[in-house]
Parts: sequence; C-alpha cells; structure tokens
Amino acid sequence: MKKSSIMIGKFVRRVARLKGDGSALPGLVIEKIDRNFLRDCLKSLPKGVVVVSGTNGKTTTTKIIVELLQSQGLKVFTNRSGSNFVRGVIAAILENISPSGKFDFDIAVLELDEAHAVRFVKVVQPKYAVLLNVMRDQLDRFGEIDTTAKLLAQIAEKTTDKIVINREDKRLKKIKSAALVKYFGLSNKLLSEFPEDDAMFSEHHFRVSGKSPKADVVFADFKKDTAIYEIDGEKYEVNLKLDGVYNFYNAAGALLMVREILPKSNPSDLIKALGDVESAFGRGEIMNIHGEKVQLLLVKNPSGFQLSLKSFGKRNYKTMIAINDQYADGRDMSWLWNVDFRTLKNVDVVSGVRAFDMALRLKYDEVRFDKVEEDLTLATEKLMKLKGKKQIFCTYTAMLEIRKILNGRSLE
Amino acid sequence: MNNAKKSLTILHLYPREMNLYGDHGNILALQKRCHWRGIKTTVFEYEPQKKLPKEIDIIFGGGGQDSGQSVIQDDFLKLGEKLKKLVEDGVPTLVVCGLYQLFGNFFKTLDGEIIKGISVFNVKTLGGNERLIGNVVVESSQFGKIVGYENHSGRTFFEVDLQPLGDVKKGAGNNGEDFEEGVRYKNAIGTYLHGPILPKNPKIADFLIETALTRKYGMTKLSKLNDDLEKQAHLSSSSRPR
Repeated sequence: MKKSSIMIGKFVRRVARLKGDGSALPGLVIEKIDRNFLRDCLKSLPKGVVVVSGTNGKTTTTKIIVELLQSQGLKVFTNRSGSNFVRGVIAAILENISPSGKFDFDIAVLELDEAHAVRFVKVVQPKYAVLLNVMRDQLDRFGEIDTTAKLLAQIAEKTTDKIVINREDKRLKKIKSAALVKYFGLSNKLLSEFPEDDAMFSEHHFRVSGKSPKADVVFADFKKDTAIYEIDGEKYEVNLKLDGVYNFYNAAGALLMVREILPKSNPSDLIKALGDVESAFGRGEIMNIHGEKVQLLLVKNPSGFQLSLKSFGKRNYKTMIAINDQYADGRDMSWLWNVDFRTLKNVDVVSGVRAFDMALRLKYDEVRFDKVEEDLTLATEKLMKLKGKKQIFCTYTAMLEIRKILNGRSLE
Repeated sequence: MNNAKKSLTILHLYPREMNLYGDHGNILALQKRCHWRGIKTTVFEYEPQKKLPKEIDIIFGGGGQDSGQSVIQDDFLKLGEKLKKLVEDGVPTLVVCGLYQLFGNFFKTLDGEIIKGISVFNVKTLGGNERLIGNVVVESSQFGKIVGYENHSGRTFFEVDLQPLGDVKKGAGNNGEDFEEGVRYKNAIGTYLHGPILPKNPKIADFLIETALTRKYGMTKLSKLNDDLEKQAHLSSSSRPR
C-alpha cells in the first residue's frame, strides 16, 4: 500500500466533506491511483473480514456483530450505515488509518448491499459472511428476486471460512459453499410471524415445509421487549433495547456469527452485551426534540414495511409516512401495493415526493389519513405540533431529510 | 336491477407465481371500485391444476419472474383454449407484463429458446439484452393519458395490424422502437405497465367493470366516484423522471 495514496485520500476526503459530499469521491480517487489499497489494508487484519449482506436488516445486524465483538475486547473496524458500497468502505478506511499506514484493528465487519458485495469479494475474500434474506427490493435495479439470490451465492462462493445463513429463507437455504455453512432460524411457533415474501398476498400464508437443516441459534420466542434465544440447545432470555421483531431475529444471525468467530466466548456474556445494543441510525432510532420523542422507522421494501407495520402499526402513536422515489429509494412505486396496510388505524400525515401514491394506497386499503403534504419540512412541522408519541415510516432519502429537519429544530 | 343484487367474479391468474410488481393492487382496485358502488365481487385465485370457475366476468393476470413463468408454463398452455374463448366472447381482460407476453404467440429468448404462448393476441415477443425500465406515459384514444412503470427485457411486436393500447409519450413501451404500448383486442388489454396500472388509471378499471356488468346484466352506466386522489397520484407519476 502506498503512503502517498493515504495522504491523497485523506486530503480528498477533507475537501469532499467541506463540500458536504459524503463518501464517494475519496473512494473513487483511491480506486484510480492505488488499485490494491482496499485489499492491502484489510489483509493486514489478524481476524479477517466479515461481510453482512441480504435485503433487510444489514445495518442493524452489522451493528450488533460489531458491539458483541467489542464486548469481547476486539478492536473492530466497520463502515458507516448508508455507505454500504465499495467506495464507502475505502472512505471509512481513510478516516481510520494513520498517515503512516497503521490500520489498528483486529477484524472488519462490513455491511454491503448485494451488488456491491459481489464486487467487493472479487477484490477481498472475506473470511466470514452473514446472509440474512432475499426479498423483493429495488427490482428496478436488480430485475428479479432470483437475480439477487444469485448475487448472494457468489458471495458465499468467495468466502473462505464460515458462512452464517438464515435457514428460513428458501432461496438462501439452497446456497452451497466450500466454507463451513451454519444456520440460524426460527422456532416453529414463530414461523408464522414471518410470512414469506412470495406468499404475502396469496390466499394461504403458508410456507412450503421441507427438510430444514439444524440451526445453531434459534430465535425461540418473544414477549414485548424480551426475546428468547436457543444457543446450542440452551435457552437464554434477554431484554432488548432494539425495537421490532425482525431485529430480534437478525440478532440470532449476529449471535451465531460471533460464536463462530470466537468459539470460546460465553453465550451468557454475548446475550448480556446484546441487551445493551441500541437501534441503528434511522432504524427505530428515537430522536428527542425539545422533549418530544419521535421514532424513525426506515422502510425500503414490502417485506421490511410489512414487518415494521406488524411491530409498530397498531400502537397509539401519531403517525407519518414519508415516501420518496430517488434512486436510493427505488423509482418504482409498485412496491407499496405489495404491503398490507389494513392494520394501521390512522395516519396523521402522508408526505414525500410520492405522497399521493402513498395516500392512494391507503385509500384502497380504507385506512384513514388526515393530511397529504408533499413537502417534508411542512409535513414534519405538522406532525411535531401534534400531542403524544410520534413515529415516522420513511424511505431512505426521506429519512435523511427528516433527520436534518429534526436536528435543525433541536438547534433552534 | 339495483347494484346490491349485482356481483362479479374476477379470475386472478396465478397470484402466487405471477405477482412481481404490485399486481395485487389491480385486483384491489377492481374490488374496491365495485364495493364503493355496492357491487359484490368474488376473486377466484387460480393456481396450477385448479378448475376454472363456471362464471368468469373479468380476467386479470400479472407479471412474474422467469422461474414463476416456467412453473406455470404447462398448466397455462392447457388453459389456453378456454381463456382464448373467453376473450373472444368479450370477457373484459387485463394482462400485464409476463402474462401479456404469454397471451401472445410466443416468447423467443436470447438463446433462441421458444416459450409458447396461447395466441390470444397475435403478437410475438423477442428477448432483449437490456431491460427497459422506468416511468411510462402513454396517450390512448380510449382512456386518455395512462401512467405506469415498466420493467421488461422482452420486446413485443404485432404480427398483424393490431390496435395498441396507446402511443408512448415517455418510456419504451412494447419494444422501444415503434412508440406503441400494449394491445387492445375485443375487450382485452395487454400492457407492460405495472405501477400497478388500475389504481392510478381508474378509467381503465371502470371500463373493465362497466363492460363486465353490461355483458352480464345488460347496458350499464357506472356511477361516478370521487377520483381526486387518483388524479393527483396520476399527475405526480407523470411528472417524475424516467
């Protein structure tokens, strides 16, 4: 690795940040001047690289794995949420590497979206991979769900040591690899809580039963904030700060991955550390604005939205839904019609570039809504004026904008 | 006869295999727009090896992945003659994307493989290298402006002189070459537009319902619904970039 690349990279990063630009530019420059930069930096890590991929839950799962490893005394490098592409990883390295090239970490845990993960593993072979699920998402980018599954199979192929797979995902279950494959799963009782993507609107929400491989970590049961996990046949109960049943489930994948990285770790210690993990950026994150609490719930695809509604749709909260259609959100609005909104009682504000698409969707599910306001600033103001607890279901770019608006308010 | 005594049976073809892009929304639009007028509906979800219901008033079929299409292929060909007869008899029909292609003569993939269709529409589809993806605006003489979203690799061409659903104002349409989108034949519509198409284009939904009622109960004029929200969603869709 060339020291000059680090200097140039750090310089570009500073300039880019002054311009308010995120992480793309420094990565682009480094890729041009030092093609081996990424590989060289990550190769120096004694415990290697963990890649986390799949449609839903990457950010939260990555955060859990990072914090569990840290609880065991490891120095962990990770990429910030939202920069889950190769250049984003390079930018994160530049932020953390010393000018002399010292990259002082034991292990890297990287969240990568399916397409970027494939590009990444061609450059850096990960030692470990966690594959969470394949759901319909951003079909305007990937074309079909089966294409997405093929991308994840390519990641598995390149992983050298161990792969952790969600055994309840019928497409992932088929993945084979030379690396050791381990599974996490659901108890029979919870299977019906997680309808399969393809079955969402069919008459029967059934799963095709087939032989299931043994799962080393099972998400066994939950009640409110308490989750029960079965690790190697032993039951463990924990109170979670994380919100949302789908996050409880992803935690099972994270627990298994950490157990595989550190086989000598004590399950009770990991469970305790899991209880301390808080929600990730915009994923159930609670923002406190002048003593008024508002929870941000990122929704990116039908299954994610459905699970989020299942966990939060019935609460007696003032509710806003904000739908944008920028590239990062997906341009195609048809996904909203794959979500069943009938559990929602009342929506106070509908907002975002595609507010009217969302309002129309609610109309056809006969869910009441009070106001449609495309402008996110005005809509957020309206919501914040209402009394009581508040929640906002928002797409990615809407979430970023709303955070800015809310942070601006807290500075007033 | 008052509406309360009227009822329609909607045949939904392969909802499990062919439901990629929010096709459920089309069924919902038909159901709700009947319900709001006091007309009863029954949706029959047809899956491989089931028997078709005796009475079919509206046919709907959506788009699927390649894997979904191969699952239904054999069953669908067996159903072909019956579906063809229903369309020839004037049953209002909407087929989107994958089933639009299979309601044609054949789909020839890039590898030269021929996937047979049921020849309801005299059209052929050829596999293309690049997927045609994005927002679409179509101008139709019958329905006015139509908005939707397309995502397909197949290019569909008419084998004889047929009436398209409309002219493409934005997007690719049937094949990206002749600026035409979809096909209109008897009371059937084939189209690449999902989005889904019916909620944001209520004129098409009402055409299917009105035609079905007229066939069943004699000349029917549908009562007007408040479509302000539909119009606004339609408008905001048509203003979005490709």
